[in-house]
Amino acid sequence: MNLNKSNHWLFALTMLLLVVIGIGIGVSVGSSGLESLQNAWHDDVAWQIIWQIRLPRTLGAFAAGALLGLAGALAQGLFRNPLADPYLLGSASGATLGVALALAFYGGNQFAPDAFVRVGLTGAAFAGALLAVVLTLLLAKGVQHTMRLLLAGVIVGVVMGAMASLIALMRPDVLQNMQGFLLGSTAFIGWPACLVMVYVLLPCLCLAWFFGFAMDALSLGESTALSLGVPLRAMRIVIVLLVTLATGAAVAQTGLIAFVGLAAPHLVRSIVSVKSGSLALLSALMGGLLLLVADILARSLIAPQELPVGVLTAVLGGSYLLWLMYRNQNQGALK
Amino acid sequence: MTKTPTALQALNVYVSLNGQEVLHGIDLKIRAGHWTSIVGPNGAGKSTLLKALAGLLEYQGEVFLFDQPLAYLKAKYRSQQISWLGQNEVTSDDLNVWDVVMLGRLPYQDWMAVPSAQDKQAVEAALQATQASEWRQRRIGQLSAGEKQRVLLARAIAVQASLMLMDEPLTNLDPPHQVDWLEQVRYLTAQGKTVVSVLHEVGMALHADDMVVMQAGRIVHQGACTDLASHRAIEAVFDNRIAIQAVKSDWVAVPNLLRSI
Repeated sequence: MNLNKSNHWLFALTMLLLVVIGIGIGVSVGSSGLESLQNAWHDDVAWQIIWQIRLPRTLGAFAAGALLGLAGALAQGLFRNPLADPYLLGSASGATLGVALALAFYGGNQFAPDAFVRVGLTGAAFAGALLAVVLTLLLAKGVQHTMRLLLAGVIVGVVMGAMASLIALMRPDVLQNMQGFLLGSTAFIGWPACLVMVYVLLPCLCLAWFFGFAMDALSLGESTALSLGVPLRAMRIVIVLLVTLATGAAVAQTGLIAFVGLAAPHLVRSIVSVKSGSLALLSALMGGLLLLVADILARSLIAPQELPVGVLTAVLGGSYLLWLMYRNQNQGALK
Repeated sequence: MTKTPTALQALNVYVSLNGQEVLHGIDLKIRAGHWTSIVGPNGAGKSTLLKALAGLLEYQGEVFLFDQPLAYLKAKYRSQQISWLGQNEVTSDDLNVWDVVMLGRLPYQDWMAVPSAQDKQAVEAALQATQASEWRQRRIGQLSAGEKQRVLLARAIAVQASLMLMDEPLTNLDPPHQVDWLEQVRYLTAQGKTVVSVLHEVGMALHADDMVVMQAGRIVHQGACTDLASHRAIEAVFDNRIAIQAVKSDWVAVPNLLRSI
């Protein structure tokens, strides 16, 4: 399926409608089922469940997915590689190391300061992701050379991942918490986490749209983009910053959610042919929808127990990519 | 006789790539309103020279575009004056043909501005010129290599720059479309545009007005394509494995077989 230009809006509106429906379903499902929704107006507990637990969690799942979808589209444009994902700059391993360190130092300590407990893991994950990207940039000596950036990201990822594993090996007590982070979860998103992600998402979306023209030009090759007067260096800095911020914000709140950043832009491309700016926005919408659906499934498949949402996105995303590979095998490449 | 103005001039240009010097003091003059072909064996530095002339890589020495130092020109002005068509650049398959060609109008568009009527007209004309207009709604990834090359050529034409630099523009084009390209270049120079191309097809390169012959990072000859000295220089840099001969009113390159079978 490949819709023409006039139908892009229809696609975007359909996605929006699906997101609204998804949010509706999201606030309706949970261990107490629809009952909480029905009693929300006259039962304080039910209201608390809807307002304090389900709604921020549902909106947060959408925001985290949107951040990852956006970062995925930007990373694929920056690296000019459809298999690039937002974790390529090393942010995932950096965040894991941050969490491992935080857990090792304070995780098992019941006297850890309250503020730390609240923001500790989130902050450590974000700081770790940021540090990893800074290291990647230092190793790559800036943003000029995409291939160097890619290699540096892989190296930083491997080294930081190994360090996190080492910590887990030395402190087995942090292993279970770390595993939770590695699998990704939307279960603990409250209003503050949700708002942080929304605050990061909105400016990132605007900037991605503003720099869409430069990403389009870059899709024709670096020399061509330069010859067209595109400020490549500035553009790369902004894109790296956006990918880092978006990924860092999502990972810090939800852990490592697999495949959303990779699959969302692919799904959009398989339905519409759009310029980079629109691709970024639609990928955000698609990523949000994917994680929203995964979150609902995670809550309802084996209710009242929950599955880690990262497991679902990995299974769904992996299956999708497999299908994509199968579909395109005659063409010889992933589209 | 009036002197033809110079579109591009290089003075003592050196370029190093990955710490290795690949251009060793290039001096060059390109006549405005003419087509100049750069030829030479693989690794002679042709593409590097073209990139340096376009200001796409760092160089030592001086390059002048219509007597103005290239290094000091504003990016926007330079992008309006020089149109670039690169060799084998990896392109994303997602954009449709119209959007790709419209990118050629970026140098004239303000940030976030919608394309003007003039932009649309330029894109339309470029698509017509390369017979690519029927694919305007198709994704570039759905086109064959030759069709894609014609779209990229249209993108370069859409810039409507006074100087076009093309690196291996005939890549993947079949003979009829190579002839179309030749006609297009003739049309552009007739309009006063300057075209500089790096070509491997010596036979096609001989149709240009001027010839620059390179070897091992140096220019070994510069002259008119009809000049016999140019022909001898080309034969020499290719180790006399080709011979340039007159056929009817054209010059053609024929292989010099070392042994008969």
